[in-house]
Amino acid sequence: MKPVIWLILRRAGFGFLTIIVISLIIFIGVELLPGDVAEAVLGQNATQETVEAFRKALKLELPPHVRYWVWLTDFVQGDFGRSLANGREVSGLIGWRFANTLFLALTTAAIAIPLSVMLGMMAAFYRNTLFDKVISITTLSFISFPEFFIAYILITLFSVQFNIFPSMANINESMTLVAKLHAVLLPALTLTCVVTAHMMRQTRAAIINVLASAYIEMAELKGIRRLRIIMRHAFPNSLSPVINVVALNLAYLIVGVVIVEVVFVYPGLGQLLVDSVSKRDIPVVQASGLIFAGAYISLNMMADILSMLANPRLRQSQTS
Amino acid sequence: MNLLIKSPLSARIGLCIVLFNIIVAIFAPLIAPYSETEVVGDVWEQMSGNSLLGTDHLGRDLMSRLIFGARNTIALAFITTMLSFLSGTTLGFVAAVKGGWIDNLFSRIIDIIMAFPTLIFALMILSVMGSSVMILIVTIAMLDSTRVYRLARAVAMDIEVMDFVEVARLRGEGLWWIMRREILPNAMPSLVAEFGLRFCFVFLFIASLSFLGLGLQPPLADWGGMVRENAGAITFGIFIPLIPAAAIAFLTVGVNLIVDWFLHLASGMHN
Repeated sequence: MKPVIWLILRRAGFGFLTIIVISLIIFIGVELLPGDVAEAVLGQNATQETVEAFRKALKLELPPHVRYWVWLTDFVQGDFGRSLANGREVSGLIGWRFANTLFLALTTAAIAIPLSVMLGMMAAFYRNTLFDKVISITTLSFISFPEFFIAYILITLFSVQFNIFPSMANINESMTLVAKLHAVLLPALTLTCVVTAHMMRQTRAAIINVLASAYIEMAELKGIRRLRIIMRHAFPNSLSPVINVVALNLAYLIVGVVIVEVVFVYPGLGQLLVDSVSKRDIPVVQASGLIFAGAYISLNMMADILSMLANPRLRQSQTS
Repeated sequence: MNLLIKSPLSARIGLCIVLFNIIVAIFAPLIAPYSETEVVGDVWEQMSGNSLLGTDHLGRDLMSRLIFGARNTIALAFITTMLSFLSGTTLGFVAAVKGGWIDNLFSRIIDIIMAFPTLIFALMILSVMGSSVMILIVTIAMLDSTRVYRLARAVAMDIEVMDFVEVARLRGEGLWWIMRREILPNAMPSLVAEFGLRFCFVFLFIASLSFLGLGLQPPLADWGGMVRENAGAITFGIFIPLIPAAAIAFLTVGVNLIVDWFLHLASGMHN
């Protein structure tokens, strides 16, 4: 058991290191700005005083390494600085939006994971049949479509033609869970289409891979019933790749959320990030970017660690 | 030519779609009934003889915007993909041929960049540098070249151990010669298929950025931006934003169909 722990610790260490490097890149990115952030953001017309005040707000008078340290320790303690656009605490802007984004992502995951694992398994068991081909073409086109195309098709169908779901997913604290789910269903469906396409194809490939193994053929030759082969022989061995696929696609979901939030005017972190980029509100961009990157890296890390735990071969190959 | 005759139907459809788009893009000024920015009617007019697909949110002819949009969007994506391939394959080949610390250094840097979600990375760069065509091209090419690097390095690693590379080395050929004359021709089939996939990715990526209002800036027409500009129409039951979005989907499906065929050919399954 010991080597697994080492393996996991090493992977976690690498993930942590990546986040540190990413935070450095995010920080240096602002440093590399031609001239000075203050002048670049405020433009040519800025007076000397406003530039000075701005510099102070960004702590530009400190040397870079000190500033990085201050920024990072503040960040870990939940102090993300103040927004340049409206002077409000960035943490106050981000907190509830992040919760909304998580809500959307979780709703999507709750629909997409069972759906795509089931579809992937079915496509693998009935491979090369009509069912498999229809699924394959559908998912391939969903992958080729931009997210907003799927979103607008869904809006056209469900909010314009049938008027069942709102085209703007506006949620707030006072809404009940059911009302929130109703509002969030169209964006969640859009994301489901995109994520399911990827997840289902990879699940199918993973299971076909397992079904091609010699021991499955052996089980078939022994005359074991098909259902038993699937449940006892194929499923445990395909668990590890499937878990990996699911976690990787959840990482993809974290990013896909940005565009869908903009389409549905959903009050989430992605919407805030895009708004802040166009306003060049750098503290907000830094903070929300680091949160997105952190979530993405953690999910990727989880994908690796879970598949290590679920796969006994992976454990053993390291000990020998 | 023989190859083309034997190609499956899906690949031919893909080829037709791509050719159609390229022709429209090249001859845009000749085909388009109006200019890119000319106001021809009222806001969101229905389809009519005056403007074939109706008008956009400022009363400009949608058809003409779509045609010029093809030009801007495809050209931008193509240039970006080219740049991404140039830098990605060069670095990948150098890493594979040189090996050692150069390979290690390049690969670790690429690992770090790839650990960062592409869209977020691009958004952060754009927020600091502002959005201009140049910055857009360089940013996306840089982010995308990481994928090209991985593939180019892996392919070149396989070729690099072949005898003919060894012979060239012993002959005293330089790094550049080995990369260009020995590795590149042999890596070509994999790279061509990858080019299609990367083009799709870059194209969708630029469309997404434009849709977010951070890509090409108005009044330049591009498909992602057109969806954004006309997004409000959808709630009135006007389907104008669906048209440029469908154009994007149409082209990516076309390219994907060709890529599928290429991958099929490259894998040797046709024999």
